[in-house]
Amino acid sequence: MADKIATREAYGKALAEFGAKYENLVVLDADLAAATKTGTFKKAFPERFFDCGIAENNMIGAAVGLALSGKIPFASSFAMFAAGRSFEQVRNSIGYPHVNVKIGATHAGITVGEDGATHQCNEDIALMRTIPGMTILNPADAVEARLAVEAAINMQGPCYLRFGRMAVSTLFDDSYKFEIGKGVKLAEGKDVALIATGIEVEQALAARELLAADGISASVVNIHTIKPLDEDLIVAEAQACGAVVTCEEHSIIGGLGGAVAECLSAKCPTPVLRVGVEDVFGRSGPAKELVSYFGLDAASIAAKAKAAIALKK
Amino acid sequence: MDKQRQTELAEIARKIRVGIVEAVHSASSGHPGGSLSIADILTYLYFEEMNIDPEKPDDPARDRLVLSKGHCAPGLYSALANRGYFPVEDLKTFRKTSSYLQGHPDMKHTPGVDMTSGSLGQGVSVAAGMALAAKIDQADRRIYAIMGDGESEEGQVWEAAMFAGHYKLDNLCFILDLNGLQIDGSLDQVCDPRPHDEKFRAFGWNVIECSAHDFNQLEKAFAAARAYKGKPSVIIAHSTKGKGVSFMENSCDWHGKAPNDEEFEIAMRDLGER
Repeated sequence: MADKIATREAYGKALAEFGAKYENLVVLDADLAAATKTGTFKKAFPERFFDCGIAENNMIGAAVGLALSGKIPFASSFAMFAAGRSFEQVRNSIGYPHVNVKIGATHAGITVGEDGATHQCNEDIALMRTIPGMTILNPADAVEARLAVEAAINMQGPCYLRFGRMAVSTLFDDSYKFEIGKGVKLAEGKDVALIATGIEVEQALAARELLAADGISASVVNIHTIKPLDEDLIVAEAQACGAVVTCEEHSIIGGLGGAVAECLSAKCPTPVLRVGVEDVFGRSGPAKELVSYFGLDAASIAAKAKAAIALKK
Repeated sequence: MDKQRQTELAEIARKIRVGIVEAVHSASSGHPGGSLSIADILTYLYFEEMNIDPEKPDDPARDRLVLSKGHCAPGLYSALANRGYFPVEDLKTFRKTSSYLQGHPDMKHTPGVDMTSGSLGQGVSVAAGMALAAKIDQADRRIYAIMGDGESEEGQVWEAAMFAGHYKLDNLCFILDLNGLQIDGSLDQVCDPRPHDEKFRAFGWNVIECSAHDFNQLEKAFAAARAYKGKPSVIIAHSTKGKGVSFMENSCDWHGKAPNDEEFEIAMRDLGER
């Protein structure tokens, strides 16, 4: 296994890499370039980097103006501020007119760590999902983060990209194929389907090993695109396994778990249990400890998987 | 400006005002007061100032106008229709379910609308981004944004002012419609955002003041904004809310209310249509 890399690191590097290839690429930040890693792009292309100061709402609007003039802007901040503070700007200035702005949101979820609940955004996927026409990408590792950035550049329309602060294992290699809206089946299984997104993909793969030791066969699916959701793949997994566990570093309300439950309740009613941050706020602590504290670790997923299997008729 | 051109512009502004009142009356809702207060500004922008072509509403080289006070869509629509972007007759479909004239400007459905707007404070930021893009492209297109005085209570307006001042966007011109009235009353009764001139200067702007209803003054103000280099400009345009319709003038009651049939007839007489 390669060194651990945070997806925010990969985001910054990808912007700098693709800045050379796509001359219309511009990057905006709100005084967090060192943390969001857009600073990597700033160093490579200072004339195409614009710091907006600690004023996220204006940053979103400025990105819209740039996009309407032919640029491909990435507007970056922490998820809390990009999706949270600026929700209405994203909804009305980007979403409603369907403008080609990319929102690069880092520091999503509880793995922000020691900064605590004010900065731990567990609601961004839920917020973004409600905006018609919004594409939501939540990469699992550095390889996928890089591919997600280029895919976002090459699609027309609003796109929310979610990155994390904590270093995570690199799961994929150069042969990995990424297509917006297409989930990736990472492991076969027949008893329960673990449908995961973002950094929880790694935990789901580890949970599969724990379950195997108990004689339980779990499939693992990576849903890197929360919207548009790969409903065909999710329905196929539900039909094949008869029980589903969703795994995400986000509130259990309105995120991947909500999306999968909505999909399956209509198309293939199946027991669905959700691993995620329960209906509570985060707290300070080392990121790795918080993963266990909030029940997002492999052991918690394995326990939920057994509970889901018990719900099968 | 010579007398003949002033007379011509006054006639265009009159037609724009008629269109505003007809649209709002037909919809039985909408925002006539602030639309009437910017009718002369819109006239000057679309018939004198801006480099635009109704035949090519998407021309990348065109000047842009963002109506940041998007509720004054009847004013924008009437100006666009009278300029030839779409039939004047269609103004009567305003706010109807099947119409392309939404209650607030929608760039996806209406030719000539450069930005969707309506949520106050957001359009000025978009205009600043458009101005930055023109700077990156080293293009000479100019960006205009019309904002309300009530709108200036939104914090995002001052974020945009800080940003445009910092990046020295001298191709950007805000027009502040200072009519002194907002929904709940006069500015000083609600939460007074003034003085605007000192605030904009503090953020690095060139400040110009003029009457919103005098084409000579508007001509001088826009020329001064265009000539000023190194800073964005704001034209603080002193206006009369409801201008041109006797019973609507200087009344916040007509911020967002449509005239009934009787009031409509009076308005048409005031505007020389009867």
